[in-house]
This record gives sequence, structure tokens and C-alpha cells, in this order.
Amino acid sequence: MAMRYRFLLLAVAVWLAAGIGHAADRVVSMAYVELDDDPRYHEKQMEARFPGQPWGRPYAGAEVALKEARFAGSAAGVAFELTHHREADVQAALTTVERLTGEGVNYFLLDLPGAAVAEIARRTRGRELLLFNLSALDDGLRQSECQAQLLHVAPSYAMLMDAMGQFLVARKWREVLVLKGPNPEDAELLAAFQRSAARFGLKIEAVRPFVLGRDPRQRSQNNVALLTAGADYDVVFVADATGEFARDVPYQIQKPRPVVGAAGLVPEWWHWAWERHGAPQLNGRFLKAAKRPMTGYDWSAWIGVKAVVESVVRTGGGDFQQVRDYMLSDALVLDGFKGHRLGFRAWDHQLRQPVFLTTLNWVVARAPLEGFLHQTNNLDTLGFDEQDSRCRFQAPAGLKGS
Amino acid sequence: MRRTPILSTATALVVGLLCQLAAGPLLARDTGYLFVSSEKDHVVTVLDGKTYEKVKVIKTAQRPRGLKFSPDHSLLYVACGDGDAIDVIDIARLEVVGQLDVGEDPERFDLSPDGRYLYATNEDDGLLTIFDLKQKQIVAEVEVGEEPEGVLANPDGRTVYVTSEVANMVHVVDVETRTLKANVLVGNRPRRFALTPDGKELWVSNELSGSVSIIDTQDNRVKDEIRFEPKGFRPDDITPVGLTMTRDGSTAYITLGGANHVAVVEVASRKVKDYVLVGQRPWGLTLSRDEQTLYVTNGKSDDLSVIDTNSLKVQRSVPVGRVPYTVRVDD
Repeated sequence: MAMRYRFLLLAVAVWLAAGIGHAADRVVSMAYVELDDDPRYHEKQMEARFPGQPWGRPYAGAEVALKEARFAGSAAGVAFELTHHREADVQAALTTVERLTGEGVNYFLLDLPGAAVAEIARRTRGRELLLFNLSALDDGLRQSECQAQLLHVAPSYAMLMDAMGQFLVARKWREVLVLKGPNPEDAELLAAFQRSAARFGLKIEAVRPFVLGRDPRQRSQNNVALLTAGADYDVVFVADATGEFARDVPYQIQKPRPVVGAAGLVPEWWHWAWERHGAPQLNGRFLKAAKRPMTGYDWSAWIGVKAVVESVVRTGGGDFQQVRDYMLSDALVLDGFKGHRLGFRAWDHQLRQPVFLTTLNWVVARAPLEGFLHQTNNLDTLGFDEQDSRCRFQAPAGLKGS
Repeated sequence: MRRTPILSTATALVVGLLCQLAAGPLLARDTGYLFVSSEKDHVVTVLDGKTYEKVKVIKTAQRPRGLKFSPDHSLLYVACGDGDAIDVIDIARLEVVGQLDVGEDPERFDLSPDGRYLYATNEDDGLLTIFDLKQKQIVAEVEVGEEPEGVLANPDGRTVYVTSEVANMVHVVDVETRTLKANVLVGNRPRRFALTPDGKELWVSNELSGSVSIIDTQDNRVKDEIRFEPKGFRPDDITPVGLTMTRDGSTAYITLGGANHVAVVEVASRKVKDYVLVGQRPWGLTLSRDEQTLYVTNGKSDDLSVIDTNSLKVQRSVPVGRVPYTVRVDD
């Protein structure tokens, strides 16, 4: 594939759409940053519509949220603006973030792979900005690599796997055969599942590595029937961070057992078939804007903008410090259309949120499942709770840690 | 000129409808019937108000939700969201006798005090549609925030209030100019309204904030907020939606959704006097005319709770079809 470097700058502003109230006296700018060559958005990958994977660039989600902001912005005397930047590499993305910060942009929506998010977060520490991680699920970003100015609106692998674990234990499908892929992301996914299995008392019968391909010499690793034979289990968990191998597993399996993880029943943080809490209307708006159904990644872009809008509006169009403090406080009530009040965890700045257990066309359950209780907020049964957190924000002088 | 029989029947029907509209309260029948819309069955169930036996199940267009009587109680309007229409039920015949095209996905609506106009919220398009019941056509559309839901026509005839669940606002619509005269920021996911009988306070339920905002209708500012704390429930479970008030303006009843209770509030002091346990996810509620009975629809347990307002105890639970939404009583 020829490398094409495109630099894209689209500005969308919502100016006084509401038509009444005071004139907008202040512009609040947000910037959306993505990479030109991001393997998650290669055409074949997107067309395959793997569950739990992006089905397109999530930018339309941000646009939908911006349009929703017009009345609230006008009432607060604020116009919201969103610019769109597609960069060649991490360095170029960082340069853009720094340049825009100098121009008064404080809010950045990062649709970048985990390593790029970590890099930009490291190098903007202590700056007057907030970075919203839309799509990197890596647990490390919430743990040792956490940064005070980095807010995760996408769930972590740990949150997704805890939702999975809750479901399996609630169904009493305790004995699990794990198929594990060869990539580092697959290993990370497996580690998250193992953590969850230990928390909820699931028994991992065996972990069998798989590879993609048809080489007969590798059949013990590329043939699903062979991979799933010779063991006893209630359910198969496929640790496949991209989904290509997993899609074959449900009906090539040796025994009639459910398949979960990257095929069959898949943890997701949004789904086009979710029917409650205003979801059909949001799904309709997104479908109109993007010409495809909405996924968790698109929800991330949408909720990132919503977090900024809500905090700006509730502080009456406050300055950056006020907005940031409000956003990270318990006062924030963010409506994610998932039926809970969402807000950021103080200890790692992860957005607490429900996780769906989904099939191709349905939301089977919403975690936290009934009966999984927490002393303060049941949403904190998903992912790293305060006592599990290894995140220690390093606050430069003059800035509050959290 | 020859007319086909079908056409003359239709004409007769329209004429009949118009007569009923024009005839006023003379035709009120006080059937005592309860009318309950059920979202997933696409029906309005008619119950006897004393025995709670099913009198009739009336098929409607898809996803019936909001219900409202015409001022003389001769007709019941039914907002059918997925049917993209408002069905008209004749109370005397207990049949759908007409359908109004008020735009896509109508959820809730109200009538002007004179019964001439119908104000409907179109959830998908972010619109308030003003429908002229006499001319049988849409006469105006007012753009409001996304997912408008609650709509209330002030009895003074000058103002209509609309909530937007997404913008977290109450839009104040000037009836004469059909424009927005104020946007009031309230709590999160505002749903529905009650107006105090003196017209001075507009109460708005905030589903996600778990509160009720009280707007001063003189200056369109939030002047008070009520929070709910039924025992044993976390803030996430407390999701107020439906509200209604007694005619003397002393007591308000608010359904608390996920908390499975109805809050009883003393309007003057804002104090919550009691929490009444009902079925699962109560939303809709209505008082009988004598205000001795409160009816509550429970969307997740598919039943109707009948509450005695003196003892504040549930007298019975009546099954009413899948996902009951609104209840109205013709008494």
C-alpha cells in the first residue's frame, strides 16, 4: 500500500444554533487527533466488522456530540469548536498537540494506539490540557503509565474482562478452555482474563496457543477442532485482540459449548442493538451521520465531547481549571445512555461505565450484573478499583494531582 | 354526483369526529375506565375502574406511549412512536377512529387549553410539532434539543414547555410566535413536568440526576431542587420520571423508576413525606378525580399498582400487558 500522508483540518463549530440567549462570548475548542496509517482502520479489517473492533473511524461520534451541544452551549454563552487532525506519526501528532495548546486548545480527543497515547501523555505532563483516550484499551495506560492529564473514556481490558467474568460465573460456566493468539495484545487480553478468572473463581482448564493459517504441519494450532479436543470445559474463551481467528471458532469447535471473548459473546462498551436509555435515538443519529452502526469506539468519541460540554456548561462556561476540576470531581453526572451516572475514577482517571455482553445483534446482559456489589459504586466492580490501582499521578508543582 | 359507500362512511366519520370535538363536555361519559398503553404489545388496555377486569384491548399503531383525553373526554389520543402517528380512540365506542400525522416518532404530547392544538415531541428529530386538530394538519415545527420528551401546555395558553433529555434543558416555547423564549438548564436527563395549580412553579423530573428541579415560571430560573433518598437504594437506582399534583397544589407524587417507589412530596415545604413501594420501574402515574386513588404503571413488571392515597398503601397490582407506559382514568 502506498503511504499517503494526508493532513486534514476540518473545523466544525456550533454557533448559536439555539437562536436565543446571549451572544456566544467564548469559544471552547476541542481537537481530534488520529494517525493516517493505523492498522485498526485498514479497509479489510473494518469491512469484516469484527465484534469488539472498530467498524470505521470514530470521528462521526464526536460530530454527533458536538451537534447535541448547541442548546446547552448557547445557554452558557459558549460556542464549541472541534477540529480534526490526521497525522503521519506519533511525532507529528505530538507537534500538533503542542501547537494547538499554544493556540488555546485545551481538550484533545486521541484516537491512537496505546503506545502513541502513552508517548503523548508522557510528553505533555503538567501542561494545561486534557487528553481523552478514545480507543486504547491497554491496562498499562491505567496503571504504571497513567498520567493525571490523561482521561480514559474507553474501558480497559480489565473492565471488559471483569464483565465477561461476572457473566460466566453468574451462568455457572466455570471451567474455561482458553485459546490464545500470538500477538502482544492477545497476551495482554489473556492476562486481563486470567486476573478476572481469579477474582470471580473461574477455572482455566488449559491455555492453548493458536495461529492463523492452513499449514498442515501447524494443524494442532490452526485447526479449531483439534484445538478444542481432548479437554473438558463449559465454555471456550478466545483471547484474540483482532478477531480474525475467533470468528471461525463457534461452529468449528469440537464440543457443543458456547464461545466467548472475541466471538460469540463479546464484551463491548456500546452496541447498535441497545434499546434502553435513549440508545435507539443516539444510534439513529450516528447511523445518519456515519452511514454505519455505532460501536464502542464511536461511543468513546461521542462521550469524550460530552464530558467537555457537560463540564463547561455546569461551570457556567468556566475557565480550564474550573472545568477540569469539575470534570474530575464527584459532581460530574455524565449521561452515557447506558443507564448509570458516569464519572471519572479519582485514582486513575478511568471513566466508570457499564459494559455490555453482546452477540452480533443483541445485548444479552449489562455488567455490573445483578448481585455484583461494591461498597460505594457497583461500577467499580469492573476494572481496577482503588486498592488494585498502581497508578500514582506525578503532579508538577502548581497543579493538583487529581 | 355519486359517492362510493366507503367515501361517505369516511365523511360521516370525520363529521362525527368534528361534532364530538365541537360538542364539548355534554358528551362526557364518566365510564370509570382505566386506559393503559403498553409499548411492546401495541395496544391500549381498557380496565374497569372498580373490578379491574379487562373491558377491552384496543390495537393501536406501533409502540403506544403518551395518552391524553380531549378536554371533554370523548376522545383519547395515543402517541404511537414507531407507528409515526397519534391514534384517536373514541371513548364511547372503544375503537380507534382516526389517526393524526404529527411527524416521526411522537413520544408525548399535550393539548392547548381550548383543545384546538396538539403539541407533540418528536424524539428522533428534536422537534416540537404543533398540530391543529381542527384543520387536521401540522401548522408549525419548533426546533428543540435532541430527544425531546416531556411537553406541557400552560393553561394560560401562552406557553408550552418541552424537556430535552440530551441538552439537559427545559425549552420555553412562546405559543403565539412559535419560537423559543428561554432555555433553562436543569438536571441530567430531564423527563416530565407538573405545574403547580397557581402556575407559578414548574416541576421537572431529572432521571439521571435523581432529582426534581423547580423552575420559577416568572423568570424561568431554577429556584429549588428536591432529592430523593428512599432507604436501601443507591443514587444510580433513583431515577425519577413521572410526576403529578393534587388539584389544591399541596401534594406531588413522583415515580422513582429504578428505585421501585413513588415519592410523596409536600409541595410547599419540598419535604418527602413518604415512599410507597410499587412494582418494577414505575414511570406513568395518574390520580382519580376524587384523588383517593393513585394509579402507577410499572414498565418492568408489566403491571399497574393501585394506591390508596390516604393510607399510602398499594391496594392491588393488576397485570396489563408488556411494558405498560401511561395510565389515564376516565372518571
